[in-house]
Amino acid sequence: MKRFRRHGQESQRERIKQELYGFNKTVEHGFPHQPSALGFSPSLQLLAIGTRSGAIKLYGGPGVEFMGLHDENAAVTQVHFLPHQVELVTLLDDNSLHMWTLRAHHGVSELLEIGRFTLTGPPGAPPSVTRVTAVLAHSSGDLLLLGTEGGHVFIVKVPGFRELEERNISLEKVTNGVPEDYGGRRSLEHVESLQENPVNPRQVLIGYGRGLMVIWDLDSQSAVTHIPATQQLESVWWTEDGGHVLSSHSDGSYCRWKVAGDDPQSEQEKSEVPYGHFPCKAISKIIQLPTEQGPPFLFLSGGMPRASYGDRHCISVIHSKTHVALDFTSRIIDFFVIRDGPYHTGEPSALVVLVEEELVVIDLQTEGWPVIQTPYLVPLHCSAITCSHHVSAIPLKLWERVLSAGALQNTHYSKKPWPMTGGQNLAPDPPQRDLLLTGHEDGTVRFWDASGVCLYPMYKLSTAGVFLTDSDPNDNLNQGTEGEWPPFRKVGCFDPYSDDPRLGIQKIHLCKYSGYLTVAGTAGQILVLELNDEAAEQTVEATVADLLQGQEGFRWKGHTRLEVREEPVTFPPGFQPFALVQCQPPAVVTALTLHSEWKLVTFGTSHGFGLYDYQQKNNVLVRCTLNPSDQLAMEGPLSRVKSIKKSLRQSFRRIRRSRVSLRKHHVNNAAKLQQANARLEAELAEMELAPVQRKIEPRSPDDSFTGLVRTLYFADTFISDSSHNTPSLWAGTNGGSVFAYQLRLPPVERRGEDPVTAHPAKEIQLMHRAPVVGILVLDGHGSPLPEPLEVAHDLARSPDMQGSHSLLVISEEQFKVFTLPKVSAKMKLKLTAIDGSRVRRVGVAWFGSTRTDDYGESGLTVLTNQGDLHVVSLPGVKLQVQYPCIRREDVSGIASCVFTKHGQGFYLISPSEFERFSLSARCVVEPRSLVEVSSETPSTTLPRALPDGASVERR
Amino acid sequence: PTLHRVFEAEYRRFALKKSGTGGFQEFYRLLQTVHRIPSVEVLLGYADIYGDLLPINNDDNFYKALSSANPLLRIIIQKRDVDEPVVFATNSLQRRKKGLAGLRPAQQKTKPGLMIGHPQDFRQISSIIDVDILPETHRRVRLHKHGTHKPLGFYIRDGVSVRVTPQGVEKVPGVFISRLVRGGLAESTGLLGVNDEILEVNGIDVDSKSLDQVTDMMVANSHNLIVTVKPANQRNNVVLRGSKVSVGGNSSSGSIGSTISHDLAPSPASQSVSHYSNSNSVAEGDSDEDGDLIIESDILPYLPHHCVSNGNGSHREFPLSSSLGQRPLPQSIFLPSSGSLSDSKTSSSQESMREDGNIITM
Repeated sequence: MKRFRRHGQESQRERIKQELYGFNKTVEHGFPHQPSALGFSPSLQLLAIGTRSGAIKLYGGPGVEFMGLHDENAAVTQVHFLPHQVELVTLLDDNSLHMWTLRAHHGVSELLEIGRFTLTGPPGAPPSVTRVTAVLAHSSGDLLLLGTEGGHVFIVKVPGFRELEERNISLEKVTNGVPEDYGGRRSLEHVESLQENPVNPRQVLIGYGRGLMVIWDLDSQSAVTHIPATQQLESVWWTEDGGHVLSSHSDGSYCRWKVAGDDPQSEQEKSEVPYGHFPCKAISKIIQLPTEQGPPFLFLSGGMPRASYGDRHCISVIHSKTHVALDFTSRIIDFFVIRDGPYHTGEPSALVVLVEEELVVIDLQTEGWPVIQTPYLVPLHCSAITCSHHVSAIPLKLWERVLSAGALQNTHYSKKPWPMTGGQNLAPDPPQRDLLLTGHEDGTVRFWDASGVCLYPMYKLSTAGVFLTDSDPNDNLNQGTEGEWPPFRKVGCFDPYSDDPRLGIQKIHLCKYSGYLTVAGTAGQILVLELNDEAAEQTVEATVADLLQGQEGFRWKGHTRLEVREEPVTFPPGFQPFALVQCQPPAVVTALTLHSEWKLVTFGTSHGFGLYDYQQKNNVLVRCTLNPSDQLAMEGPLSRVKSIKKSLRQSFRRIRRSRVSLRKHHVNNAAKLQQANARLEAELAEMELAPVQRKIEPRSPDDSFTGLVRTLYFADTFISDSSHNTPSLWAGTNGGSVFAYQLRLPPVERRGEDPVTAHPAKEIQLMHRAPVVGILVLDGHGSPLPEPLEVAHDLARSPDMQGSHSLLVISEEQFKVFTLPKVSAKMKLKLTAIDGSRVRRVGVAWFGSTRTDDYGESGLTVLTNQGDLHVVSLPGVKLQVQYPCIRREDVSGIASCVFTKHGQGFYLISPSEFERFSLSARCVVEPRSLVEVSSETPSTTLPRALPDGASVERR
Repeated sequence: PTLHRVFEAEYRRFALKKSGTGGFQEFYRLLQTVHRIPSVEVLLGYADIYGDLLPINNDDNFYKALSSANPLLRIIIQKRDVDEPVVFATNSLQRRKKGLAGLRPAQQKTKPGLMIGHPQDFRQISSIIDVDILPETHRRVRLHKHGTHKPLGFYIRDGVSVRVTPQGVEKVPGVFISRLVRGGLAESTGLLGVNDEILEVNGIDVDSKSLDQVTDMMVANSHNLIVTVKPANQRNNVVLRGSKVSVGGNSSSGSIGSTISHDLAPSPASQSVSHYSNSNSVAEGDSDEDGDLIIESDILPYLPHHCVSNGNGSHREFPLSSSLGQRPLPQSIFLPSSGSLSDSKTSSSQESMREDGNIITM
């Protein structure tokens, strides 16, 4: 009987769990890692990006995004939309072609792969015969022309991929017609380019690598015209009137050929080397577009003088007398131009450039060709992300102030709406305003609107101005000197080079109610900032916190403290620093918490922790946690873990540098790099050979870095007796210790004068000595204590102070609940002892039920070192659900994970992309969008495009 | 009380004040005086209430012997044999007993008449458990890390395990012991060997777990680690049953092996062993886990002003960093039930016993 009842309860609990929890990876924010191909559909107003890992991503208007992944682990080399259709074709590195479509399902479009195809040549033919080098999606929508390395053009019927063998344009057919005077019998080489005549779809232009271009008539299956260019061909463009062909070449020249008329041999009208005299690099792509009145726009990628600017990544835009060489910070993948008008055949309106690290859109209709800020695909990694912090449900007031501070920073952007307008965003408006803050290596903190599908940049805070660094702030790269040739203009924001790594942001804490923000960095600096709508000039005074507290025999061998500017600094509107604490030794800050109601900030490093009163600007408490026998820490401050991290980062830098230098000195360094690679491989092989051993020993108090402070927590609770609650500070260390201090705050009217005091109240040494990663006090109802000021703003129920509180200590190995004020173990949940995984990240979340709005539960969201996500119930510390999420080898992904208060989270899947996931069944943010084949009538296309475009403007 | 004495057929009986006895050394000298053998090296033993022969070689087991006098205590004294110098030290009590019983006895007599030390009198450092439920090819070993400063002393590595399945021989990844640290707990038990495959950690299958996971599981359970291994040397496993051959230079495993060895089929003896271990593990597990050290404010030194002045070496000021090993053992089950001895003395004596590395019981 008893068992039966229990069974019933269990099944009911299972049902509740299903209503509360559900795991989904919902959307990827940021810029795709290693993009390799770009495609654009003017009719759908969608752009497509293929990546080296085989992903294909489609973007339309803000919020309209789709993602697909090829089964083959091969790079996407080309993406082509079929004209006026919802299909697109991708070509992969492995020579396979894939057909994708956007299929509407329950009112929402899905990106699906519907077919694949690989060219098969005649038996015995070398693979180059069928190796695809050029693809033309014919405007008829049912033909695909595939040019190959062997020089043949295969014609394939789509979407079914049926080869039309009889219509293939073999190299032999073409060679026979080549005029005798064109270089004799030498091979024409591969098909470099295929272009359709804009006014006669039956004619296609075949450009061969050697330079020869042939206009082929698909109906008569014969050559109409030969264009006898002799330079290695890079790209071909057929002007819109069909009268001219532009060809660009490997020597940095481009030629204009007249093709109108029936003359079988066309005449070269003009040949130019735009950056001439000295040898130039190839012009890899050329586009010319007419304007209604006046001269056309000409777009050239590359062509820079080899010796002096061969390392630049440039696209030159030439219109009338204006000539600008847009200078990008990373390699150009591809570009296209968006045109106005119902059929997208009007004035060029925007240039869209995909470079290796970002997408840059240039407004061509505004004076000065400003950049249009992208609503998605934002390079999160402008400077490497070092930490992140999420704040849910931002009050409207703060939101607007941050937005307006951000708006002042974005005045150099174009006012025009985002030009890509495809699809309809059907996702419901996000229920609340969420902020994601990312800290970067260059000392900046970026504020992102993380409420919806688009991670939109709101505001950027720079902390570098407080300190004296090597960089010159007046050094403006955008200012090209007058009359400089080529006329460079820097565009894009990707800049991975930090002037001073000590500026790197390591911890962030924002109080959304008061607008106080604290950030802490690599060199032990802790800044307290407040939001000011006006610019202000002020001096930031530094307070030093000596965390060693007289501990002798310790010599810091790491970096020095940052030097603070002594003169007043002008801070723009936004978050302005007003207080600074500098830890001594200046080790990286490992824990940071702000209590805006008490006006206290607490911080920790590997040496100890401190409590700072930012109203009176003094240290209340400094506590050394360093074990005097910690040899490693005594020898030098860099932990082995840290130094591994450091060496990893350095090696990444090296790779990055070598990549850059590889591009710089293409030829010279190739051999050197090869050597380096070989050496690395040998090293790796050696590492493989050495057997990996793991020592089995209990953790010892003498282990290194036991004193490293992992977590800090403020709580108003019963720390000394069960009748009076008082403010308290809790600190947890790597060695499994918890230190609790009772805080005495003066009454409000004396807060400015009387000192805040801290008295040691408790110490807990967990027997298993695993690092303490989280501390939480649960109120009389077993709910986590609310955030500071949350109750004051009527946004949370006041905590229950009648029942007894309990203390939850989360170590890497287990969750343990203790009673308060007398600390004795109440219950626990073991993790490591049971399954060998350890807690890496933990957060407190509220899970709402999908069934009723009024039911919900608090829980802990946990990410383990195995990459699994767990939800642990509160206050009972029972494991509720478990989902695999991240590969366990992806250490940086696991380390980057941040949880929201509503059961969602983010982690980095590459240096530039956040994956968003949800553990909550109710709270899910995912793209929902519909793409339909645009009707051919202009009246329906245009109005649809406008509201979408308007939605670019944010709240 | 009076005492009996046996020495080359010499019997003596004398009285001793229970309260006025000194330590073991004093008693030893007393016996030498009583028997007029001042320069002869002897080994002492006594018969406890269960009739088991137990050694007297330090203060603690001497007090234990005294406390079990009821009121008579039978003391057996034997001359230390030069050819067999470590009879007692190796803890081969059963052999000692058999020597007494039969004076050059026949081998087969040892089996039924096996006698082992009482568990309470020794501190366990390891045990083989659950022999009745495990396949013969597997061995479940418990390592007791409590209160010792000795490292567990072993390393593990990835490897390939060969399993026989109905489909044939299958190679699967496994985790193996790669190294034993000399003088470590693992080596001194003789129960674990290099290349033993690790199958379970504290009852949890490690199949499909990574080396790091297994490492973390073992570390998390290190205070009461139970590993189930498939010994690399299965032959050795069988030979151990003969009770003669011991692994390594340390014969401690011999005694353990012999204990098990007589139970080719599960016998009441082995049942009771495993039962004992199981019940023990529950109690021990709890005490293990709640062994967190908690210092409340009344113990903490009161620092009048804010603790900025809280000088150097907080660890020196607070007993927080004091080793757990110096604390009384949480397992009261291992302490003599008489309760007449103070905890600290017991633990120190156990410390010394452990450091000998010789005295191991089930």
